[in-house]
Order: sequence, then structure tokens, then C-alpha cells
Amino acid sequence: MGSSTRYKESPSQTAGPYVHIGCTPNFVDVQGVYSADLGVGPNADFDGNLRGADMSGERITITGKIYDGAGGLVTDAMVETWQTDAQGQYPAADAAFSGWARQACDLTTGVFTFQTIKPGCIATSTDRQSPHVSIWIVARGINLGLHTRIYFADEDNSADPVLALIEPSRRQTLIASQQGGAYVFNVRLQGENETVFFDL
Amino acid sequence: MTERASPLLDRDYNWQPEALTPAYKSSRLRAPRQPLLSLPETIKDVAGPVFGHNILGARDADLVTNAAAPGHSAMGPRILVHGCVLDENGKGVPGALLEVWQANAGGRYRHKNDDYLAPLDPHFAGCGRTITDAQGRYQFLTIQPGAYPWPNHANAWRPMHIHFSVFGHAFAQRLITQMYFEGDPLIALCPIVQTVKDPQAIDQLTAKLDMDRAVSMDHLAYRFDLVLRGRRSTVFENRPEGN
Repeated sequence: MGSSTRYKESPSQTAGPYVHIGCTPNFVDVQGVYSADLGVGPNADFDGNLRGADMSGERITITGKIYDGAGGLVTDAMVETWQTDAQGQYPAADAAFSGWARQACDLTTGVFTFQTIKPGCIATSTDRQSPHVSIWIVARGINLGLHTRIYFADEDNSADPVLALIEPSRRQTLIASQQGGAYVFNVRLQGENETVFFDL
Repeated sequence: MTERASPLLDRDYNWQPEALTPAYKSSRLRAPRQPLLSLPETIKDVAGPVFGHNILGARDADLVTNAAAPGHSAMGPRILVHGCVLDENGKGVPGALLEVWQANAGGRYRHKNDDYLAPLDPHFAGCGRTITDAQGRYQFLTIQPGAYPWPNHANAWRPMHIHFSVFGHAFAQRLITQMYFEGDPLIALCPIVQTVKDPQAIDQLTAKLDMDRAVSMDHLAYRFDLVLRGRRSTVFENRPEGN
């Protein structure tokens, strides 16, 4: 339990506006140090190579933007995602599908876009979580990275145990809508329609 | 009986910075105002991706030369930064991915949005990465970054620092922080540092001069340990109270 621990978790500090240099250097033209940026897609190896041809599941695109409390676009954020495979299992280290991806928001438009596969339901002995992608957001002005979940509007989310914890008026902040062949998931950091964030 | 990774220990929000810290102006419009939603233990995801050494290049942990032309090296005081990644139980975390980034010796980042008047160093990119060994240890060779001004308030200066991104074994352990240098008088003046309220917590982010690892006529050394959230004792799925 917490009281018996000898060490404290290191305090978080903001990723700042130059997170790209460390995490996605090629994206900001810091080239020639790493051959590729890590996590360019969860259907790829961490260095960008397809892991295998046996990856199964529905190919989907998730795209979105992040807004601050004044409605302004956040263009310096980095987002990471973590999800199960199409069968609802978190991938093994050597699986064809890594389950993890990383993207920098576009420095001008603020858009992030993930090409991935639709995750499956996570069934346990006590409940059944609807398909979702976990997402983690860091940026200048965010002191501790923000965790939330992306659910899908075309799934039956009525029995999901996490959405059930959220007051109905805020549940839609976690549900990606279908627009033009993609799922759109916009994040509002503060204020009206503020996205629900988790203490994991 | 399936062994399942145990839940992570609860995060101590008195030790971590609050979201809204008005003296750090960028937090004012980016801090959520609603409280975080706590998930029940049975729902918490305790897994995460695994990174193998195959992602690393030979000079990824040597910032002095990893962007330098042959025969050249980065400008500035040469330093070794080393330490351990531990969990809250004091156990070394092997296989943790560490990614670092920093300004050059003049306080300038190699980034299209940094237009500070200090010059870029053609032989320095400011990024490095490594994976902890079986005991959780890591090291980087780099140059001491410079302090630099920023627009938070009049005459605002960031203390010398190196950014650290840490990936343990669970997505919920994910951490980004900054390492400061022992004795830097700008630490006490910086609103980003001061988002952390407890002086002991700030001390945890302050690397200590380590003359035992300094090498004569070559480089100084700083020691910096990182701590990730720990786990409770092992839980088995068919007897969740059995720990």
C-alpha cells in the first residue's frame, strides 16, 4: 500500500513547446540522429517498419484537434495512444500489432491523425468494456500528462463500465464521431464541453 | 489461474504539480477545471508497450557526437548524466525507455519555433535516448545546457535543464519531467519548477554533482535518479483479494 513505499514518484514537469526534439525529432527536421521517429503507427514497428502481414482487424483512421479554454488550437502537443488488438487483447511484445503510437500535432493546423485498427471489447469476469483507445496528451502548459479514452459512436457503449461512471452530459466528450471515413475525436482541455480526464 | 500484472500504486497528487498554476501562464488556459475521474481498480489498464534495444542506434546516448560531423563534437562543458530508474518500492526498472532533449550550451533549441538570439551549434541536435539495463541504470554523455529567457514574465529565465521522457512497463506509468542542476540559483525563480510545491520534491528533480563518476581531463558527472509508480503485490484473477 502507499504508506509502505520508500520512494516517491518523480514529480512531473511540462513537456514544454520543444518536446518534438526528444520524441519526434524527424518531424521538426532534426534529421540524421534517429532513422525514424518512434511510434509512427501502431500497425508498424516502433521504427516504422511493418511488423508482419498477419495483423487482423478493421483499418480505421482517428483524427482530431486539441483546444484550450479560450477555444484556441493547441499546436505544440504530442499525443500517444495505447489499445488492444481486434480481439480485445493487449499485444505481446512480439505481436504483429504493437498497440502503441505517437503523433505530434501539426505545428500549424493542430491536427493529429492515427492510422490503426479498431480495438476489440475487453471482457473480464465482471464486465465488458466497449472498444476504446487510451490516449495521453502532453504540451506546454500541461504540468502532468492527461489520460483519457477514445470510444466509437458506431459501437454499443451502453454497458461500458467507465462511461457509466461519467455524468451523461459529459459522456459524449469521449466518443469519436464518424465523419468522411474517419473517426473525429476533438479534445477540449478546459471550459465548455471539457473532455473527461482520468486518474489511472 | 492467470497471473495478471498488479494495479499501480495511487498517484500522490500533493507531490505532483497541480494542473492550474497561474504563475506559469501557459497553464491558465490549458489546465482542466474538472477533477480527474478515478477508475476502479478492476478497470485500470496495467499493461504497456515493450521497447527492445533494436530501436537504438550506436550513438543515441551520446549527444556530444550523435549529430556532429566526423571529427567534431558539440560545444560546451562535457558532462555525464547517469542514474537509475526505480519504482516506488525502490526496485530498479529494467527496459525503461528514456528519451532526453535539451538546449545547447548557449540556451538555444534546434527547433523551428525557437528564435532566441544565441546561435545554433552545427554539431549538436539536443536529443538522445537509451534503455535501462537489468538493474535499471542508464547514462548519457552530453554538454551542459545553457539557461535561456522565455516570455512568461519580464526577465523570466529557465534554469539549466534536460527534459526526460520515461516509459516504464505500464502506459499509466508514463512520465515526462525535467532535470535541474544542483546549485543553479535560477531554480528558485522559475515558475515551472515551482509548480511543484514541496521543496523535497523539487530536490528530487535536481541532479547532484558526482565526482566519483567524473573523469579527469574529460568530463564532469551528475547523478539523477527517476522514480516511476510502483505496483502492489501480485494479484491473481480468480482471487482478487489474495495479496
